[in-house]
Amino acid sequence: MPAILHPITTITGKAVPVPGANMDTDRIIPARFLKCVTFDELAGKMFYDERFNADGTSKGHPIDDPQHAGAAILIGGENFGCGSSREHAPQAIKRSGIRAVVAESFAEIFFGNSSGIGLPCVCADAPDLAIIHEKLAAHPEVEWTLDLQAMQLSDGTATFALHMPSEPREAFLTGRWDAVTELMNAPARVEELARTLPAPAYTPPNHAG
Amino acid sequence: MGKTLYQKVWEAHTVGTLPDGRTQLFIATHYVHEVTSPQAFAMLRESGLPVLHPERTFATVDHIIPTDDQHEPFADDRAQKMISALRSNCREAGIRFFDLPSGQQGIVHMIGPELGISQPGMTIVCGDSHTATHGAVGAVAMGIGSTQVRDVLATQTLALSPLKVRQVRVEGRLRPGVTAKDVALHIIGKLGAQGGLGFAYEFAGSVVEQMDMDGRLTLCNLAIEGAARCGYVNPDETTYAYLKGRPYAPQGANWDAAVKRWKSFASDADAVYDDVVRIEAADIEPTVTWGTSPDMSVGISSTLPELSLAKNEGQRQAWQAAYEYMKFAPGEPMRGKKVDVVFIGSCTNGRMQDFRAVAPLLKGRHVASGVRALAVPGSQMTAEMCENEGIADLFREAGFEWRLPGCSMCLAMNPDKLVGDQLCASTSNRNFKGRQGSPTGRTLLMSPLMAAAAAVTGSISDPREVFPDTQL
Repeated sequence: MPAILHPITTITGKAVPVPGANMDTDRIIPARFLKCVTFDELAGKMFYDERFNADGTSKGHPIDDPQHAGAAILIGGENFGCGSSREHAPQAIKRSGIRAVVAESFAEIFFGNSSGIGLPCVCADAPDLAIIHEKLAAHPEVEWTLDLQAMQLSDGTATFALHMPSEPREAFLTGRWDAVTELMNAPARVEELARTLPAPAYTPPNHAG
Repeated sequence: MGKTLYQKVWEAHTVGTLPDGRTQLFIATHYVHEVTSPQAFAMLRESGLPVLHPERTFATVDHIIPTDDQHEPFADDRAQKMISALRSNCREAGIRFFDLPSGQQGIVHMIGPELGISQPGMTIVCGDSHTATHGAVGAVAMGIGSTQVRDVLATQTLALSPLKVRQVRVEGRLRPGVTAKDVALHIIGKLGAQGGLGFAYEFAGSVVEQMDMDGRLTLCNLAIEGAARCGYVNPDETTYAYLKGRPYAPQGANWDAAVKRWKSFASDADAVYDDVVRIEAADIEPTVTWGTSPDMSVGISSTLPELSLAKNEGQRQAWQAAYEYMKFAPGEPMRGKKVDVVFIGSCTNGRMQDFRAVAPLLKGRHVASGVRALAVPGSQMTAEMCENEGIADLFREAGFEWRLPGCSMCLAMNPDKLVGDQLCASTSNRNFKGRQGSPTGRTLLMSPLMAAAAAVTGSISDPREVFPDTQL
């Protein structure tokens, strides 16, 4: 089955900061928003409790600062996306208009979920991230370019090195980030394993064997 | 050169290498629940793909079900919609669903091992990060997202890169009153909430070898809270004794062959690890978290850390924010903090041994006035055993609300929630801001023993002091 390819090489747009270590999935999308059978309702809900008080008034988070409106790149901190495996987290981010996340490091499952939906998660070094956060505070309106080919993030005046494991980077550059078609290319070997690897099988109680 | 269990299971399930360099890995057992699977079934329908191996997927409902009244339709229309979607998706695909009337419903990480579906040497996945739990039986088990749930349903495989393996050796003897939960919180506190990034954890050493299966399940459940996507324990006689006779475990003549095969997956004595960490059992006290990340914890006799002890500026800021949120201050003891709610349950500590350990302590004691205490067995099978052994009655007589199985107050997806800034002594797994349903709610993670001590005294206490006559 030929794969449908959607290469992702560069992302250009404004950036928005969500600083702090261990930004967990409950903060990215509070659990009460998970009561849905599609991801459609998640648009605009990212970081809801970080942004709004219980009475719905704004806490003044950068995401709601008009100067960051329409941001395409989210800038986080260490261990971004830790916690639950809920794909609702990257889905909420992507459906809120973000097309890439840059952070010091990412939780494993969040990284994989994001990769699978075409949302690159790219690491920057801690000292660089500190400078990027300073620049964002001083000039929120500036457009940034994230280049997955060159592995650089630039605001036109300064350039910062980015890191990403080679496999997902390759998947983005070649457009193979949605793995399902690739996974359908070896049916014979899959069936061989399905035949030979034991599956849990129900045996009624008191079964003599 | 020897291999680890992780490497052996990975190799046995490898289909091949994908063009981007990732491994195509066969998934032996797949679990689905109502929160993360409907989107995957919808994606399948959109692309016209069938479920390839429905006999390898098992379903249950856990996150959204009420634990007081489970009659349908549920009061919450959205919850009703989610269980109905799961029911029809499973029926359509021919997937076995442990529905409410089955007698086998429960939290997915409870019922998998309890039913003997999770077995040594398997690759096990579920759209839920606490899938690491199933590694306790000697499997490679991990959480995945909904798009990957679709991949498994459609192809019974996933595109993955292997993790490194860190052996975490817990050596010596645990002190009385110290449980698997304390061991896990201690490890996370020592290695950090992000310390396991990129690793699978092999839990080993004399303490783990002597630990019963429920304790191992608690330990592996919390691997992900230290950022390790997988946690596992090598299969041994404890594992085989636990699995024998369970409904989905091999039976009769197949049993011996299965055990022989399972043994072959255990890490070799000369296996090479990417890292080895040694933890001294004698250093571990009954442990409690004080902040908003599971690595913010202290032994019960310690005081809360001064900000100057933070390893770096990032940690200092995180601690400061946590102190503000929790309304605690550096230098204070945790002992004596008044609690509003006590929750014993969840996929971390909703097991038989947890309730068996607490029940005798409650004899002749009562939940302190002003404290709301919930005991929620993790599965219908556990609930039934608790009734049969008289455990449920001991909890009821002591003033606990004895509830029906479900995820309950671990996360805010069902009616069991904190209100305002209530302080909750909880045996669950996450103390994140807002985790228990109130955006200002405060969670203290601890063992069932410490939670029981908090319930009867009304404040955070050392279980060894509250229950001095009992052999903890």
